[in-house]
Amino acid sequence: MAVFVYAENINGVYKKAAFEAVSYAKAVADQAGETVTAISVNPTDSSDLLYKYGASNVINIKDEGLKSFSAKAYAQAVSEVANGNIIVFPHTTDASSIAPMLAIMNGHSLITNTLAAPESLSPFQVKRKAFSGKGFMHAKSEAPGVILTVSQNAFGVKENVVSGSEEVKNLSVANEDTKVISHEQSSGKLDLKEAEIVVSAGRGLKGPENWGMVEELANVLGAATACSKPVSDIGWRPHTEHVGQTGKAISPNLYIAIGISGAIQHLAGVNSSKTIVVINSDAEAPFFKSADYGVVGDAFQIIPALTEKIKAIRG
Amino acid sequence: MKILVCISSVPDTTSKINFTADKSAFDKNGIQWVINPLDEFALTKAIKLQESQGATVTVINVGDAVTEPVIRKALAIGANDAVRVNLDPKDSYSTAKEIAAVAQNGGYDLILCGKESIDYNGGSVPGMVAQLLNQPFVNASVGLDVNGSEATAVREIEGGKETISVKLPAVIAGQKGLVDEKDLIIPNMRGIMSARTKPLQVVEPTSSDVKVQGVSYDSVPPRAAVKLVSPDNLDELVRLLHEEAKVI
Ligand SMILES: Cc1cc2nc3c(=O)[nH]c(=O)nc-3n(C[C@H](O)[C@H](O)[C@H](O)COP(=O)(O)OP(=O)(O)OC[C@H]3O[C@@H](n4cnc5c(N)ncnc54)[C@H](O)[C@@H]3O)c2cc1C
Repeated sequence: MAVFVYAENINGVYKKAAFEAVSYAKAVADQAGETVTAISVNPTDSSDLLYKYGASNVINIKDEGLKSFSAKAYAQAVSEVANGNIIVFPHTTDASSIAPMLAIMNGHSLITNTLAAPESLSPFQVKRKAFSGKGFMHAKSEAPGVILTVSQNAFGVKENVVSGSEEVKNLSVANEDTKVISHEQSSGKLDLKEAEIVVSAGRGLKGPENWGMVEELANVLGAATACSKPVSDIGWRPHTEHVGQTGKAISPNLYIAIGISGAIQHLAGVNSSKTIVVINSDAEAPFFKSADYGVVGDAFQIIPALTEKIKAIRG
Repeated sequence: MKILVCISSVPDTTSKINFTADKSAFDKNGIQWVINPLDEFALTKAIKLQESQGATVTVINVGDAVTEPVIRKALAIGANDAVRVNLDPKDSYSTAKEIAAVAQNGGYDLILCGKESIDYNGGSVPGMVAQLLNQPFVNASVGLDVNGSEATAVREIEGGKETISVKLPAVIAGQKGLVDEKDLIIPNMRGIMSARTKPLQVVEPTSSDVKVQGVSYDSVPPRAAVKLVSPDNLDELVRLLHEEAKVI
């Protein structure tokens, strides 16, 4: 028997979220005394990358029809090869689109946004995110099969080298209902949900022309950039950077919030960050209550100075 | 064209989230209920299609009678009519099954949902409904046009976006971007008055099948008090991040 995991790739290249999902699947498999079988669709990366995190078997689905994404066709393909009773997905956009369809196809239960390894396997119970990060839920399933999506950056990527083997499955899944017309991917930009450090700024930055210094700080830290909702509503930044209850929920190791008041809706998307630094000119800003470290002062002086200091230690 | 919009009734976004003393349930005391903010994008999109293409818009909610004010609000925003499935939903699966059961006989060309609800954050209902109805599904949609029996949806992907043509009927789950924030409709007096007389049909659930149960809940533990660093001593901040938090 095996625990299955969906190893997501972008244009053939495995995502960090895939390694995290494999690491998670390995922990579940160890608990169950099973092995991990990873499934990937048209990967070009080497399976060695998945053995490294504990997958003993890798099934590479080859299907020209799956060159472009369709939630339904992908769910169909995964359903054809995954016949285990635990299937792990990362909680990425694609995977969290496939998982609910697969759950119905297989008659499995679905638990999304899990935060830690299962508390028990029988009955199956696991901690998951709820109320937009304002609470946790311990979810139980009595169904014979369970599909999980693992919240990004929650479990972490854990090396666990095993010797593995690879299998190629040629499929041709029908994919007639949807057709990808165009696909735009900004290259070289760090994905916000995967980033370990996020530098975020709010209305306190006064205008889009001031984001250069935010980006520079992000650059020296190897961080992704984010923003509060009003900032993307006014169009200072793209809405893909908006974090919070109605934007993206993120949980980086370090979240630096500059000129953001810390409204409850903003916190909802970022309060599971491991360390939070707040820079705000208003000592009464609510965000300081949810921060680990704070600097009361003017962002326009602090950001460039902080950037220089970090540059110095990063050499 | 017939559109079905799925709305969930969720705690107002400023709500403090508390659990009952035995931690077995969400404490609904003193909670203000609102339309799930992500569903509002879907509803507004549907109203725009009603205006531009003469679509009829039905809203559906799986919930007990407590959710009716939220349904009336959706009618005040402009939906033509509403269905409430009389079930306090216990998981995504039971919710999806009831929506699919209503949709099955409704002949809807398009089902619009928010990509997730901000209470239990399942993000599962839309995809489940699509599969139960054997319809295509586009998630995380930030743009949508309908042209006859086909729709063009833009979906957000990590670090980019993708434009997809979809054969109708289909299920589309939207988020911010599906319509502009400034275009969200705030009901006016006329809308509120007319909502009172619009049809709100209550149907009984088809089953009470549940696959996932919330057995207990925890609040987020408070963070330790913030350590303040003087703006003149950023070396100390860098040191703390490096040595204490070990994040840089
Ligand atoms: C239904 C709903 C959903 C929402 N969802 C979200 C969401 O997902 N994400 C989100 O972010 N918000 C969300 N909001 C909005 C939220 O309530 C706040 O309005 C928003 O987070 C405030 O953004 P801000 O902190 O950038 O701006 P402001 O509230 O204007 O705060 C700016 C801060 O910058 C500080 N400042 C000013 N000048 C400087 C300076 N020179 N140096 C340093 N600091 C300075 C100020 O002291 C202030 O604290 C939502 C609201 C609603 C009603």
